[in-house]
Amino acid sequence: MSNHDIKIKVNGVVRTGTVSARTTLADFLREDCRLTGTHIGCEHGICGACSVEYDGQPVRSCLMYAVQADGHEVTTVEGLSDKDGKLSALQDAFCDTHALQCGFCTPAMLISAQSLLNETLKPTDEQIREALSANICRCTGYVQIFQAVRLAAERLRSGKEKVAS
Amino acid sequence: MKAASFDYVRAGSIGEICELLAEHGPMSKLIAGGQSLVPMMAMRLTKPSLLIDINEVKELKGISAQSDNLIIAGGTRQHQIEASSEVKRFCPMVQKALFWVGHPQTRNRGTLGGSLVHADPAAELPLVSVLLDAEILLQDADGEESVAASEFFLAPLVTALRPDQCLVRVSFPIWSGAVGGSFHEVSPRRGDFAIVSAAAQIALDEAGNCSRVAVGLGGVAATPIRVFAVEEAILGGGLAKTQLHELARLAADEIDPEGDLHASAEYRREVAYVLIERALTDAVQEARARMGASS
Amino acid sequence: MTENKFKYIGRERRTKEDKRFVIGAGNYVADIARPGCLHLAVVRSPHPCARIAAIRTEKALALPGVHYVLTGAELEEYTKPLQQYLDTPNVRWYSLAVERTRYAGEWVAAVVADSRYIAEDAVELIEVDYEPLPFIIDPEAALLPEAVAVHPKHGSNVIYRRTFSWGPVAEDFSKADHTLAFRTRWHRSATVPLETFGVISEWGPGQDILEVWASIQMPQYVEQIAAALKMPQNNIRVHYDVDVGGSYGVKRGIKHTVMVCYLAKKLGRPVRFIEDRLDNMSGGDMHGPDRSFDMKVAFDKSGRINSLKIRVLDDVGAYPGRSPLQLGKPIGAIVGAYRIGSVEYEAISVTTNKTGQVAVRGFGQSPTNVALETAIDRVAAYLDLDRLEVRRRNFIRPEDFPYLIPSGTTYDSGNYPAVLDKALNLADYERMLVRRDELRASGVAAGIGIATCLEPSGGNSAFEGLLNPSNESTTFLEAVMVKVDRNGTVTVIINTTTSGQGHETLVSLIVGEELEREPDQIRVVHSDSLNGLWTHSPVGSRMAIMMGGAAAGAAKKLKRDLLRIAAHNLGVAEDELAYDSGTISVAKDSTRKLSWEQLVIIAHRQYQKMPAGMEPALQSTFVLEVPSGGNLPTPDGRIQMYPCHSFQAHVALVSIDMGTGKPTILDYSIAHDCGTVINPHIVRGMIYGGAAHGIGAAFYERFAYDEGGQLLSQTFMDYLLPSVHEVPEIRQTEHCTPSPLTSHGQKGVGEGGYLGAPAAMASAVNDALAPHGKTLDTLPMRIRDIWECLNLA
Repeated sequence: MSNHDIKIKVNGVVRTGTVSARTTLADFLREDCRLTGTHIGCEHGICGACSVEYDGQPVRSCLMYAVQADGHEVTTVEGLSDKDGKLSALQDAFCDTHALQCGFCTPAMLISAQSLLNETLKPTDEQIREALSANICRCTGYVQIFQAVRLAAERLRSGKEKVAS
Repeated sequence: MKAASFDYVRAGSIGEICELLAEHGPMSKLIAGGQSLVPMMAMRLTKPSLLIDINEVKELKGISAQSDNLIIAGGTRQHQIEASSEVKRFCPMVQKALFWVGHPQTRNRGTLGGSLVHADPAAELPLVSVLLDAEILLQDADGEESVAASEFFLAPLVTALRPDQCLVRVSFPIWSGAVGGSFHEVSPRRGDFAIVSAAAQIALDEAGNCSRVAVGLGGVAATPIRVFAVEEAILGGGLAKTQLHELARLAADEIDPEGDLHASAEYRREVAYVLIERALTDAVQEARARMGASS
Repeated sequence: MTENKFKYIGRERRTKEDKRFVIGAGNYVADIARPGCLHLAVVRSPHPCARIAAIRTEKALALPGVHYVLTGAELEEYTKPLQQYLDTPNVRWYSLAVERTRYAGEWVAAVVADSRYIAEDAVELIEVDYEPLPFIIDPEAALLPEAVAVHPKHGSNVIYRRTFSWGPVAEDFSKADHTLAFRTRWHRSATVPLETFGVISEWGPGQDILEVWASIQMPQYVEQIAAALKMPQNNIRVHYDVDVGGSYGVKRGIKHTVMVCYLAKKLGRPVRFIEDRLDNMSGGDMHGPDRSFDMKVAFDKSGRINSLKIRVLDDVGAYPGRSPLQLGKPIGAIVGAYRIGSVEYEAISVTTNKTGQVAVRGFGQSPTNVALETAIDRVAAYLDLDRLEVRRRNFIRPEDFPYLIPSGTTYDSGNYPAVLDKALNLADYERMLVRRDELRASGVAAGIGIATCLEPSGGNSAFEGLLNPSNESTTFLEAVMVKVDRNGTVTVIINTTTSGQGHETLVSLIVGEELEREPDQIRVVHSDSLNGLWTHSPVGSRMAIMMGGAAAGAAKKLKRDLLRIAAHNLGVAEDELAYDSGTISVAKDSTRKLSWEQLVIIAHRQYQKMPAGMEPALQSTFVLEVPSGGNLPTPDGRIQMYPCHSFQAHVALVSIDMGTGKPTILDYSIAHDCGTVINPHIVRGMIYGGAAHGIGAAFYERFAYDEGGQLLSQTFMDYLLPSVHEVPEIRQTEHCTPSPLTSHGQKGVGEGGYLGAPAAMASAVNDALAPHGKTLDTLPMRIRDIWECLNLA
C-alpha cells in the first residue's frame, strides 16, 4: 500500500526509485535496477541464490524489503569485477576450476565466498564449508567450488606477499 | 511468493515503536531480521497491514555485562553475539547454541529477539533462554515488563508478548564458579531447525560439587523445556558417568514428544535421551577442566 | 593414463560459458524483459480430488491491474490435450484442471496481471467451489480393481503393464543353487533445479509469430506447443539462447508453456510465468520416479548370478505424459555390468492423486541400479563372499565386448574390473577397511559402500515404441552447422538450450580439433526453432555423442570442401594434399600451399577459382542419427536404444552416529570411464554433481504425501537439498575405453554420478547395519529410519 522513495548505493552507484513497501530487495535489484545477476530460487530464504552483500555482509535479498535498504549499501555480483571488466581473483578461480555448470547459484556463491576472503586469505576447510553452507548448488557437488575458493585465496595471498616484498 | 500489501514505517526509537504499536495494534508487526517473518509473509501465512521496521533503532542493539547479568538488546544480530568477547566470557552457552543456528547469512541478519518472538519449538535460542533462566524485557507505551523465559513461550509460535509490546532486551544470568556447558542437536542437515536439541550447563564449587545446573530440551514439546527432575537429582547427588546415564533416561521418560515428517515420537524421545547424556557429560567435563585451570 | 593424441580435446582448458556466469551475465528466462509484459500466477487446488463446481472470478477481475483469468474450461475449448506417450486417449491432460482436480496443488485457474504481486493478490480473490471426491495415494492400492480411478474414463489406474522375458528365466531359476528375494523402495524425489520453470511468450501480430523464451530442456517441445495450440509449427519461434538454470531432465514445462502462449496470443501482450517455489513443488508436474522393486535372484554357489526376476511398480502421479517411458530405459542395461543370462522384467505404471512425474536424470535408471547393486550385495552376504569378489566374478569381461545382453542391447566397450580397481586404489580400500573397523570398535556404526553403474547414453527414440507399439519412431537426430565467414572466423550453430552441460565448449573443442583452429576463437551460438536445424534436446547423456558427433561431421565436411578448393587451385588430387591448422599444401612440396585466409577468399569471393559445380562460401551442416541406428523392438521386447555405455565404480565410507542415526560420508571415491574425455573440467563436474544429487536422493530428498493426499514437503524447509555440509569432497579418477561408435571415442557422462551414488550410499548404510543384523532398503534413508534399524528390535 505505502510507496516509498528510496536511495540505495548499489555497486558504488546511488540508485533511486519508488517502491511499494512489499517489493523485496531482490525484486528491486532485478526489476528496477535491471541487475539480473542476483537470482531468485526459493523466496523463502533457504537456497541462497539471491545473496547479496549488504553493508559489507552477505544476506538473502529475498528476505528483505527494498525499503528497508534505504540509505544502505549493496554489492551484487555485477559489482565484483573491476570497473574495466577485469574478473576478480575469485571469479577467475571459478573459471579455472569450472566451479559452476548452469551458473544459477554462481553469483550468490561468489558473494558468500568473497565475503569469507574479505575476512581471511587463509581460510580453513571448515571456514570455507561454513561460508558456503548458505548457498545450495544442484550442479557441481561443491567440489570445484571448494577448489576455486582455495585457489583464489592462495593467489590473493601470494599477490599480497609479492606486493609486500 | 509475494507478500500481501502492507504499509511500512521505520521506527527511530523504542518509544516510537511503542507508540506505533499502541496505535495500530494487532494488525501491525515488528520486523527485525525478518528471517522467519518474511517467508511467512511471502507465503501469505501472515498479512500484517503495517510493518514497523526496528532495524535502525540503536537502543535495540548492543551487548553488555552488568553485575550478575549479561544483557543483550533484542535487535542485536546473531552474528554479533557469535563474535562477542563478552558473550564468550560471561555466557558462552549462547554462542554454543548459535553454532547450530542457520547459516552465516541468516545470522548476519537474524536477531536474538526475532528468534525468541518467533518461538519455534525446535529453535536453539529459545531453548538457551529457557535453559539459563533468562529474563525477557518487554515494553509497551505504558512501560516495561519483565517475563521469565520459562513463562514467555506458550505454544509453537506463540509467546507471552502482547501485540502492543516490543521485546527490548534479554538478560542472561552470569554463572559463577567453574562453569561448563554443552549444546547438542540432531537435524537432517546442519543449520536446519533441530529434530531434538539438548543443552546442559553446570557449575562446580571449589570442592568439585555441583552448585548450579540447568538441563533443557528443544523439539520435544510445544515449547523448549527444562528437565527439573534431572537438575534436582544432580544437585542432590554425584556426577558419575553411570548416574548421568540414568539421569538422561529419567529425562527422556518425562517427555511426551510428537511425530512428524522427519521424526517419530519414539525417535524424539530416545534421541533426547542420547543427547542429554552427551550434553551433561560434555558440560561436566568442561566444568572440571575449568576448575583445573583456575586452581 | 593413456596419452592424449588430441590437440584440444581432453586438455585442461577453461570452458567457454563460465565467464558470462561469474559476472552475472547469464541470460535466464526471468532476466528477459519484454515491454508491456504481463505476469501470471496460478490458483492451486487444496484437494487431491474434487469436482470443480464453479469458479467465480469477478472479484479478481475487478482488482486494478488484473487483465484476465483463465480456467481449464476455456483451455479445453481452444487447445488440445497435452501429449501422452502411451495409447491412453482417456487420460486428458491440460495446463489447468478441467472439470476435476486430480492432485492437491494442481493448477485450477491462472490470473494475468500487471505484476506478479498483483496476480497473487487476485489469486486470493478467486472463489472455487470444490466438491471433494475419493482419491488414491498408495500405488499398490491404486492397482487393485476396486481402486478409485484417477482418470475414470480410462477405467483403471494401470497405465502400463507388461512382463518381458528374455532368455531361459524359468530354467535358470530351477537349476540355480540358490535364490533369494528382496524388495527395494525408491521414494519420490526429483532433481529440483534452483531455477524453477519459467516461460515468456509474445505474439507478434505483424509477423504472426508466437515467440517463446523458456527454461526448457525437452525433446519435441515446439512440436507439442504447435499441436496443443492447433497452430502451424512455423508460426512458433522457440529461442534457444536462453540459459537454463539447471534441469537434469525435469525442465519440461509444456503445460506452463501452452497456457502462457495461449494467453499471449489472446491478450496481444507478452505474458510471463515464472513458477514460484510453491507452484513448482506442488504443481509443476516435475516429480521423479516413485518405485518399488520386487527382486528375485538366482545364483550358483560361487556367486555367479544366472537370472533375475524384477517386478517394478512406478507411481507416475496423476498425469503420466512421457514418464512411463522411464520404465523403458533400464531395459537397455537391465543386467548392469554383469553377465546375467536371463531376465524377467515386469514393468507397471500406475496413476495416483499426486503431482505428475517427469523425466529425471538417468530416466529411471538410478532406482533400478539401486535394486541391481543391492542384489549383488545380497548374494555376497548370502554366500558369505566378499562383495568385490562377487562383482568381479559376474562382471562382463574386457574381452567380451561388444557384449550382447539378454534384452537385446549390445554394449560397445568397457573395462569394468580396471575401473573398479582404480576406484579401490583411489579410496585406498585396504586402509578404508581398517578405518571402518576402527570406527566400529570406537562405538559408531560404519560401512563401506560399493556400487557400479552402467550409463547407457546417446540413445534413439525406440524406447517410445518399446512401450507403445503404435509408435514407430526411432530417429533421435542432432544437427550442427559450421560456417566460416568472409574474414575467416568460424561460427558453429547449435539448436538447443543448455542447462549447464557446456555445449559451447563441447562443439568448439570438437570443431577446433577437426579444423585445427583455436577453439577459443570459434563462436558458438544457439539458434531458434525457425532459423536453426533440428535437435532432440540434451537428454539421455547424449550431447557429447550426438552434438559432438554432428559437430565433427559438419567440420569434416567443411574440411573436405577446403581440400577440394585447394586441390583445384594447386592442380593436384585431394589425397596428395596435407592439411595443417587450416593451411593446405602439396604433401610432397610444402612450398606449394594455400593459407586458410586464401582458401576463405576463394570460397567467398573468387568464384572463378572454385571447382566447377561447387557451391560458393564455406558452410556445412551435418545431421547425425544415433550411431547404432534405429530399429524397432522385437516382439519380445529386445531392443538397442543406446549405442554407448559408460561405467562408474563408487567406493565410500560412511559412519553413523548410533545414538541419533545420523550418517556422515567420511570418504568418497569414484572411478569412471566415459571413453574419450572432451573437457576434463566438465566431466569432473558431472561426476561430482551427479553424485551429490544421488546423495540427496539417498538421504534427504523426498516428496512425501500424507494420507489426506497433501504434499508435506512443499518448501525447502521440508524438501531437503544437500548443502556443502552434507556433500563430502568427492575424489574421482578416470579410465578410458573409447567407444568405437563415436567421433572421438566419447560416451555420455551426465547421469552416471546420479546412477552410482544412491546405490553406493545404500550399500554403505547396509554394510554398517550388517553387524547389527539389519537391512534398510528404502530411499531416502532418513536418520530416523537408520536409527530405527540400529536401535529397535
